Amino acid sequence: MSATGIGAAVRRKEDQRFVTGKGHYTDDVNRPGQCCAYFLRSPHARARIRAIDSGAAAKAPGVLAILTGAELAGDKVGNLICGWMIKSKDGSQMKMAPHPALAHGMANHVGDAVAVIVAETLAQAKDAAEKINVDYETLPAVTDPAKAQAEGAPQIHEVAARNTIYQWHLGDQKAAEGAFNAAHHVTRLDFINNRLAPNAIEPRAAIGEYDSGTDGLTLWNTTQNPHVARLVISAFVGIAPEHKLRVIAPDVGGGFGSKIFIYPEEVVCLWAARKIGRPVKWVSDRSEAFLTDAHGRDHVTHAEMAFDVEGRATGLRVKTIANLGAYMSTFSSSVPTYLYGTLLSGQYDIPAIYCEVDAVYTNTVPVDAYRGAGRPEATFVVERLMEVGAREMGVDPADLRKKNFIKKFPHQTPVIMNYDAGDYHASLKKALEIADYDGFGKRKRESARHDKLRGVGISTYIEACGIAPSQAVGSLGCGVGLWESAEVRVNPTGSVEVLTGCHQHGQGHETTFAQVVAERLGIAIDNVSIVHGDTDKVQFGMGTYGSRSGAVGISAIVKALDKIEAKAKKVAAHLLEAAEGDIVFQDGKFTVAGTDKSAAWGDVALNAYIAHKFVGAELEPGLKEGAFYDPVNFTFPAGCHICEVEVDPQTGESEIVAWTAVDDFGTVINPMIVEGQVHGGIAQGVGQALLEGVVYDKDGQLVTGSLMDYCMPRAHNLPTLKVDMTTTKSPSNPLGIKGCGEAGAIAAPVAVINAITNAIGTEDLAMPATAQAVWQALQKVNSRRQAA
Amino acid sequence: MSAVALTVNGKAVTGDVDPRTLLVQYLREHLRLTGTHVGCDTSQCGACVVHVDGKAVKACTVFVWQLEGANVTTIEGLAEPSGPLHPMQEAFREHHGLQCGYCTPGMIMTAVDMVNRKGNELDDPTIRHELEGNLCRCTGYHNIVKAIAAGAKAMGKGQSQPAS
Repeated sequence: MSATGIGAAVRRKEDQRFVTGKGHYTDDVNRPGQCCAYFLRSPHARARIRAIDSGAAAKAPGVLAILTGAELAGDKVGNLICGWMIKSKDGSQMKMAPHPALAHGMANHVGDAVAVIVAETLAQAKDAAEKINVDYETLPAVTDPAKAQAEGAPQIHEVAARNTIYQWHLGDQKAAEGAFNAAHHVTRLDFINNRLAPNAIEPRAAIGEYDSGTDGLTLWNTTQNPHVARLVISAFVGIAPEHKLRVIAPDVGGGFGSKIFIYPEEVVCLWAARKIGRPVKWVSDRSEAFLTDAHGRDHVTHAEMAFDVEGRATGLRVKTIANLGAYMSTFSSSVPTYLYGTLLSGQYDIPAIYCEVDAVYTNTVPVDAYRGAGRPEATFVVERLMEVGAREMGVDPADLRKKNFIKKFPHQTPVIMNYDAGDYHASLKKALEIADYDGFGKRKRESARHDKLRGVGISTYIEACGIAPSQAVGSLGCGVGLWESAEVRVNPTGSVEVLTGCHQHGQGHETTFAQVVAERLGIAIDNVSIVHGDTDKVQFGMGTYGSRSGAVGISAIVKALDKIEAKAKKVAAHLLEAAEGDIVFQDGKFTVAGTDKSAAWGDVALNAYIAHKFVGAELEPGLKEGAFYDPVNFTFPAGCHICEVEVDPQTGESEIVAWTAVDDFGTVINPMIVEGQVHGGIAQGVGQALLEGVVYDKDGQLVTGSLMDYCMPRAHNLPTLKVDMTTTKSPSNPLGIKGCGEAGAIAAPVAVINAITNAIGTEDLAMPATAQAVWQALQKVNSRRQAA
Repeated sequence: MSAVALTVNGKAVTGDVDPRTLLVQYLREHLRLTGTHVGCDTSQCGACVVHVDGKAVKACTVFVWQLEGANVTTIEGLAEPSGPLHPMQEAFREHHGLQCGYCTPGMIMTAVDMVNRKGNELDDPTIRHELEGNLCRCTGYHNIVKAIAAGAKAMGKGQSQPAS
């Protein structure tokens, strides 16, 4: 391994600009003549907009325009769409309701944009907004997914009877029924997977600019996938033809899924920029982010697992109601279906699985993919059932998992996925050792001496990453292909630019991608630049989410590098006056096999461009190759996380005292960066388990509307994390990469809940397990004990 | 409008601003010092921490007119533009204490202030407690804590001292 090659903990190339304040985020961009947009938002969860009087506001100082949904419709600006068509079990298509970028006629959640005020300054736009009088007829709202389908519940969209978007199912109902009929033991659980606000620290932002000279539009945008944004905004919303729209995603300050989607504000900024003839900038504030960034999770689930007399899981049945909010966000439909149901086999050989999911509209912010997206919810189902099942049957939870692990690969689950490689024993064994699982009893007694309750919780999770084989997802309703593209441009001086369709917003691609290229070409890592996030530079790409950039994005780069090497060998053959088949390329040098004749990388690069040594008609000058890589399968990162907690029974406060993570991500390019991804994922999972939860009141008001009310994990909420790895390479891509971005967030919540419930002796505990929730659960246990 | 005159990163600056202009808005929009970030609207996230007269201040909590004659240091002024990184900046890079980079300027300014107040030997609980005003969504804080402990030590080794 070289000092900067695959496997080296190279310090990040991008950090120089970030630690010196020289990052270039969307809000740092200012265009000549720029004006500011402010959105007037519905204060009601559900209301008919009878009239909007903006007469006084239009005369306010600095105001350039006040635009509403009526004008948007008048200009025939299309609706936002959800790009994954899910069919119900009766064969009918999902019920996608219109989603205009500005509400027209009806406002359907608190925060739904009703008008945009464009003014010289933001302060002037905000002042003018106060002068707008909207005549609302408030209507009853529904926010609880469990109540959305009830008879008499407010009907949010005409197209969706009983607010039901689809009733999807997966698996074999009869086989599952057979397993339950024959079961020796059945574990049953009801739980809510709590609704989360993503809270990337950089709020979303957009600048739209129109150039009347070229009739072109440019959008600077906080997006994880600029090309998909351009595609949707041109093909569906119809703001501009694709070749007349440039989307630039500069440095983006975290995404976690929330910046995948195409949002109303970016559409409106483009539309308004053309109308007004000046660049229009909008920057979300944090309170606005709570009201508009797509939320995550929000499942209500009943699940049951059947075991035979040996403790083998023989069947799994799951019924989930998934809240998709007021409108269907870009990929919302896929999250509680193909990113959830397909992972319900976990790491286990479960012969029969049946899953039903009803997706519903409510008068809440749209819900879409948030770090893990469906897979944390699936892991929570499987790992709670396995843990509680073990406790009910009186066996060690680690032993029960071992008994049920899949041991042979490839393994076809009953829910679509074909696991290609893994060693679940290895990660569990290593985690148990690092966590000193055998010494837990002693530590528990020690805690008891200090009047603390100690608990341990295991989570052996699996995820499907490397999203995704295009034909496979196409057959399941996905509207796009999920390949990735790369272009490798070798300059005459031998330095290299790599254009990728992936986008980085914290992942360190400028370093890891360069490591792969530097090692392959035998050049210094400083001679490699990674270019991303601009549709005028990169031809097309599917962006970054679903832990796909390593497994799919790097694979595309490897494929392009194969072509570069093949072409460079032809050039070298001419240069060295040898047969092409005799050229060997190693460590940045082209050698004629069996001789001491060689040419350096730089010589070949230069000769490719000056083209003095070959005839252009036989070999094209230049050294630039592109590739599209379409995965042959998903990848299946998996591992074991063990959480140990101490609970103070007087206060209900839970402290995480130890965390062990052993993950199998296949080939790791940069272990420092991969560990960082695990740390961050765990923090988000711990946040879900202990602190975070979006709360709506019965009228649909968002109670947790700011960082004063929504509890984010801070440094003191987290312990020092022990992170280690085991490795089985993915056979499904050239380097054996699996992906690591979401593992922590998938594994962590259920590890925490398994630990706390182990400590307090009751399974009846909802997330977030705040001190109050744990204390109340303990009171129930105590009163039960007293009654007995 | 209010007249303001203060020193930012060693340079005297003057201006005439809307009285509701916050320090962070003045830095970003008037001086184009965009390294100081805005992550919230309730003074919870700490992305905008700068030093005012040598003390860490959330730049979203003060109006610029309140700072007549004050000496402000932002992330851009922590190290000489063409010189080496400040030891705390270097420690964040070395220990992978950042991912998306958005909270980083505030984290580094908070960390330097922490060292100024608490010294060069900072243990894990102290650092975690002192970070209660700064949010990071990427790192899980693990490497930020490591970076601050290392940066604190490095600052004590007679390398370049904080500029403010």
